[in-house]
Amino acid sequence: MSESSLNPVSRDDGFVRSVGGQLAKFAAYAMVGLALVIYLLSLVAGEAGSTISGNAIDYENNAITIALREEPPQLDANRATDASSNVVLAHVMEGLLGYDIDAQLVPGVAERYEIREDGATFWLREDALWSDGMQVTARDFVFSWKRTLDPETASQYAFILYPIKNAEAINRGELPVATLGVRAASDRILEVDFERPTPYFDKLVAYLTYFPVREDFYNSTNGRYGADADMLVYNGAYVLTDWVHGSTMRWVKNDKYWNRENKGFLDEIRTAYITQDINAKLNLFKDGQIVDTHLLSPMLPTAMEQRWQIDRSMDGSVFYLEFNHRDDRITRNKNFRRALQLAQDPNELVYKVLKEPSYLPGVSLFPAWLAGVSESFQKEYPPVQHQINVEKAREHLELARQELGIEEFPPLIMLAGDTPIGLLSAEYYQQLFRKHLGLEFLIDVQIFKQRLEKMRRGDFDVVLSGWGPDYNDVLTYGDLFSSWNLQNRGRYSSQEMDALIRIAQSELDPQKRMDAFGDIQHLLYEDVVILPMYERGISFVVDPRLKGFRRRSVGPEVDYNYAYIEQSSD
Amino acid sequence: MWLYILKRALQGIITVWFIATATFFAMHNVPGDPLTNDRAMTETTRANLESKYGLDQPITTQYLIFLRNLSRGDFGISFVQENREVNDIIREHFPVSAILGVLAVVFAAIGGVLFGALTALYRNRLPDYLIMFLVILGISVPSFVVAALGQLSLVSLNTLMGFTVLPVAGWGTVMHMLVPALVLGLSTMAYLTRLMRSSMLEVTSSDYVRTAKSKGVPPTRIFTRHQLRNAILPVVTVLGPAIAAITTGGFVVELVFAIPGLGRYFVEAVQQLDYTVIMGTTVFYGAFLVFMVILVDVVYGFIDPRVRLDL
Repeated sequence: MSESSLNPVSRDDGFVRSVGGQLAKFAAYAMVGLALVIYLLSLVAGEAGSTISGNAIDYENNAITIALREEPPQLDANRATDASSNVVLAHVMEGLLGYDIDAQLVPGVAERYEIREDGATFWLREDALWSDGMQVTARDFVFSWKRTLDPETASQYAFILYPIKNAEAINRGELPVATLGVRAASDRILEVDFERPTPYFDKLVAYLTYFPVREDFYNSTNGRYGADADMLVYNGAYVLTDWVHGSTMRWVKNDKYWNRENKGFLDEIRTAYITQDINAKLNLFKDGQIVDTHLLSPMLPTAMEQRWQIDRSMDGSVFYLEFNHRDDRITRNKNFRRALQLAQDPNELVYKVLKEPSYLPGVSLFPAWLAGVSESFQKEYPPVQHQINVEKAREHLELARQELGIEEFPPLIMLAGDTPIGLLSAEYYQQLFRKHLGLEFLIDVQIFKQRLEKMRRGDFDVVLSGWGPDYNDVLTYGDLFSSWNLQNRGRYSSQEMDALIRIAQSELDPQKRMDAFGDIQHLLYEDVVILPMYERGISFVVDPRLKGFRRRSVGPEVDYNYAYIEQSSD
Repeated sequence: MWLYILKRALQGIITVWFIATATFFAMHNVPGDPLTNDRAMTETTRANLESKYGLDQPITTQYLIFLRNLSRGDFGISFVQENREVNDIIREHFPVSAILGVLAVVFAAIGGVLFGALTALYRNRLPDYLIMFLVILGISVPSFVVAALGQLSLVSLNTLMGFTVLPVAGWGTVMHMLVPALVLGLSTMAYLTRLMRSSMLEVTSSDYVRTAKSKGVPPTRIFTRHQLRNAILPVVTVLGPAIAAITTGGFVVELVFAIPGLGRYFVEAVQQLDYTVIMGTTVFYGAFLVFMVILVDVVYGFIDPRVRLDL
């Protein structure tokens, strides 16, 4: 007997037909039930944090919709460290100085200023107001700076205020907060004393840690300052009116803002989406839901198919291989480092391996966009022309082997992040050093925080590392490899370097100061402190109807402060 | 039966405690801590932060403090979202995940039962082959692919129609939910279809169905009373854990569709080593899963009188 004859039911067409009808009826019931469930859920969902919907460009309300990469942890400028907070704060707050559309330093709350050898004076404008109508005064800056340095606040960015007199000692808890070298001479005059000459102080005050905080408002928040939209008082071009955590924000034009003629042209900016998924952002852009998004190289063909105008900009950061210079490491040997330096070529990495069209091959710690005395730094102080030379690399490796007195090199650890680009770079170097030098590198892939912790402990031989700028001055990179910089995780230490950095920090003559940076750049190459990999760039697309949008190398990664909607010609 | 529930509840509490303890020590053994940041900190700043968060205490003390707070239902304040309590994060974002999850489960259950019954009814005929082919796809294609494809097809649909039929991402209205819930429930739906199919086939060839048929019971009655009701039991068994799995496993879908659910916090907390959020979400999800399993066992007793809960 076949299987089907055991089971008469399945052959019974009449049964199947009537049961099929029954099933269809059930399906219909299910649909009705489903509709009911969906309706009920939608009633609840409205209360559980809905997103604002709206098109990328809303002509009627003069508004745009954007996506944020991450939820800002909080919007307390004194303690903020992340890129998302930086973006939001750059739109809703203003420091003493700010940046114009072309990233040039321009007056903000201060209408003019003076920087001397021993200090600085800022004259605040009369019409700079908080969003509740009160005047922004010098005392708001004094309070903010003192609070940042107070050990109780434990601000991770307190170091950026160290040029102010006694700042570092206060932050270490060695001096009382009251001794900080900053005074409100009057409501509108702010006096600063320096610890040491700080010719670049104007660039520092544009940074968000230096933004003002009003004492009475701060006290009224009961320790929740910056936690919600109503836990902040604003003095920027926009104010935050809604903040649904993890979901949406609404920035509305600040009608109290003194410079509203020249900044903050949109009535409303809606951050309707918070997602790190770049594909989701691309889809939102394609669907006309957000005004801009950035692109990775695999997306470029799609973008070209759509005939979008693809823009590029440098995101400011530089990536490099950092050596561990601690005593017990093979990488302490200069000939060894020289061998690795001669065996690699950043051009090959960028053009043949990473293939990100917006990246530039790394030639120096100081990226191409930094300004020197009168034009670009790299133009004034051209970095050493690097040539790959495997012959010479092997000679240096042999020297290193003899100096170290070892038979052969043990496997070394290459610490890397878990990003696709990080992994690709690590694998490239691994096979490169194996092929040219016969060296074995073990790639240690770690997620962000673990990698940082291992760097701090010195648990690596080489690490794929990088640095993004805090302020628009060569020094934001220039002091990285001083012996006292905590960021110097390879513990490179040389008196020559330290002396040059001292000059770069304090020299008032711009030419001499830049010369010092030129020497630092040379020393970094000669001493093989690092191997530059690439300068990171970003390809991005913007809705053609939006003008004046900028991506920045310094400050907020995206800047809508000068953005406006182009009215259609008809 | 109350005794049974009590017993299961106690077992559940021990399970959750075990999860919490294992997570706690595993988490503290990972290199780095929530304070690690790409801007290096001075020793003073680090010490201040450590004492502020109690990280300077020995690990056993921290564990005891954690247990004491846990017993009060207090998970503390997030390290990353410095002004938000973990309880608030759960309270604000779990409902979103739950709504999405419930809808996904409803999709999965209805689809699974209907398609399963359909395939069994039309066994080895075209509808069966077609549905089973889709089932294999649904089970084997990972959710991030389905989510991305789903979103992409939304974009194409909207472009084709010239207006927004369904939003591409976001949250708040029914329209936002449909596709994410479908994507989220798809693999469960596929699994349930297969389960329902085999269970239906087993029932179909059973003696009582043949008896009913031979004594002339109308087909629709045989189908609903004898076949469907018996075949649905295994489906109910897996539904409980499925609800928990779907509600807690929506990270990818939440990320792709920019939905403010808890799944995102769950995963990001691990990446950022946000100790309090890791503990809060893990314990919460663990407890939720345990609760669902117990609930199903209890409900089972009502559906199937043969199962008695007087142990």
